[in-house]
Amino acid sequence: MGRYVVRRCLQSLPTLFGVTLICFGLLRAASNDPLLTRVSDPLRPGRVSSAALDQLRQLYDLDRPWYVQYLRLVERLLTLDLGTTWQDGRLIRDVIFETLPVTCMLTGLAITLAYLIAVPIGVYAAAHRGSWLQRSLSGGLLVLYSLPAFWLGTLLLMVLASGRFVRCESLEFGACFPLSGWHRFNGFEALSPGHKLLDVLWHLCLPVITLTYPALAVISRFMRAGMLESLEQDFIRTARAKGLPERDVVWRHALRHGILPIVTLLGLELPHLVGGALVVEAIFGIRGMGLVTIEAIRMPDYPLVISIVTLTALMTWLGSLLSDIAYAWLDPRVRYHRE
Amino acid sequence: MPSPIDLPLRAALHGLARRRFARLGASVALLIALVAVCADLLASDLPLAARFEDRLYLLPNVTRPAPLRPYNNQTLEAALGAHDWVIFPLVPWGHNSHDLSSVLAAPSGDHWLGTDSSGRDVFARIVHGARVSLTVALISVWLMSCIGLVVGLCAGYFGGLIDTVLMRGVDALHALPTTLLIIVVLQIARPSGFSAVIAMTLVIGCVRWTDLSRLVRAEVLRVRVTPFVEAARALGMPPARVIRRHVLPNVLSPVLVAASFSMAGAILMEGALSFLGFGVPDDVATWGGLLNDVRVHIDAWWLAVFPGAVLFLTVGACNLLGEIVREAIDPKQRL
Repeated sequence: MGRYVVRRCLQSLPTLFGVTLICFGLLRAASNDPLLTRVSDPLRPGRVSSAALDQLRQLYDLDRPWYVQYLRLVERLLTLDLGTTWQDGRLIRDVIFETLPVTCMLTGLAITLAYLIAVPIGVYAAAHRGSWLQRSLSGGLLVLYSLPAFWLGTLLLMVLASGRFVRCESLEFGACFPLSGWHRFNGFEALSPGHKLLDVLWHLCLPVITLTYPALAVISRFMRAGMLESLEQDFIRTARAKGLPERDVVWRHALRHGILPIVTLLGLELPHLVGGALVVEAIFGIRGMGLVTIEAIRMPDYPLVISIVTLTALMTWLGSLLSDIAYAWLDPRVRYHRE
Repeated sequence: MPSPIDLPLRAALHGLARRRFARLGASVALLIALVAVCADLLASDLPLAARFEDRLYLLPNVTRPAPLRPYNNQTLEAALGAHDWVIFPLVPWGHNSHDLSSVLAAPSGDHWLGTDSSGRDVFARIVHGARVSLTVALISVWLMSCIGLVVGLCAGYFGGLIDTVLMRGVDALHALPTTLLIIVVLQIARPSGFSAVIAMTLVIGCVRWTDLSRLVRAEVLRVRVTPFVEAARALGMPPARVIRRHVLPNVLSPVLVAASFSMAGAILMEGALSFLGFGVPDDVATWGGLLNDVRVHIDAWWLAVFPGAVLFLTVGACNLLGEIVREAIDPKQRL
């Protein structure tokens, strides 16, 4: 197992190199001379003397060849010394540490919920092939899969949170759900921990629904395929021949084997979730990484954008690496086959 | 004799013809395509045909003759003489004609599906938005299929160093957040007009092919060890010919399935980008762009319901077709 982990890590190091290289390329493409973009003011040109510019270039290694600049980028990523934002001069590290937990909370809730709902559906669909409930569930999930998340999110917001169409008179502003943010703006700090949790959950209700439902179809289909394969195995026939009730055969024996593909799916689904979180945060005005990035791109604030893009990619990379290792841990055939 | 490439296509078409839902999906897709092609005939600010100042104009909404250019449907009707006549299109508004007397108007007789915040007819913009969705769907999927096929075939067939280098590149591209990457690239390139749509299409195509290439590679690995491929190689066939004649036809069917789903994915991606306000400028009508208006005008339900429903129908039709092609190719996967 240890050898497999080490080899798998070494194998994915080039990926890391590729990710940082692509991001570096983007940064270079964005501005030939970042300093010039930074200090130039279209209304008042020539405010910074060229001598000062040269000095600054030397300071940031911009007069050195591109590979030196690239190595410097890698060094800064490794030490998390990401510099400051262009908009307000805050440390990029601080901005990320402030917004990352919000995004993680959102995606974490969504992915947990998605697995909790989709796995039983997938198992049911495999065990009861052709029943009307299975057909309608699968059909319903395909319909859900085709619903654009940004549309459903907007509709939910419009109907339940605007207070124009559906009203809950007992609540603040008469709307059933809040219009934006992941907690209330006034008096959040003063709440007791229990009320804080309730308040956050109430705020995250619609965003989590919007982020969860597109993943349901994908996960349940994977689950179903895994279960179908597992139900054809010899040990299932043995279990049935032994006279075990069908429920035990499906939910104990087949499930343990059939759930394996779901583990790798986590690594594949992560990028989609990150993209989904971007849109959801924009719709519901939740200040997570996604919304901050969108604001930064509008500015444009390239250091912040590139830092976030690179870090997101690194986290996705780490996620898929971990899910691969988890898969090998759960299924010895994988690691012995490779060794 | 049918060429080997025809076979999966035939299986797919055969499956399509036999299933009830397939006809539904195919007709919705065809209808949207038809609307996209005939957008100018369905919704335009000039008539389909007119007799004006003793001259006959046919399809002035396409040809845009100089004498009619200062007019639109409404002013032309007011300026008509005794012997003049006009035939209006179904929607007498262009996708960029501003009706400033009804801004953010709810659906009515004048504007069947209401107007947006600049007084533009929602129906007309939906009709013209079909063009953008269709362009994005077809071209980007074609592009990503080509890149995915080439990379997957090379990596799977040659193996070794080529495989390692290509697949690590795919891993890297796959790890990057696609939506963000596309937004950043578009923001750097800053295209304008309809070229923004093309740029967006190309970027989507160039970024989203990684899943497809992995799929192709896995299939190639399966096919490469089959006796007929080994026989072809033993006979001394050059690799390019082995790939084209024996490997490609056998990996094409999963690509076909993935392409239908990618089409839905590309339409959704374009919609999400336009919804967020990135990508296409305001004078290009898109479905996502209409939804973008709702973010400010939260009670204008007609701006949310109609474009979103069309988007949903189109994406649903693509997914349905993909599902049915999948079933036709691999009956074990039947739902």
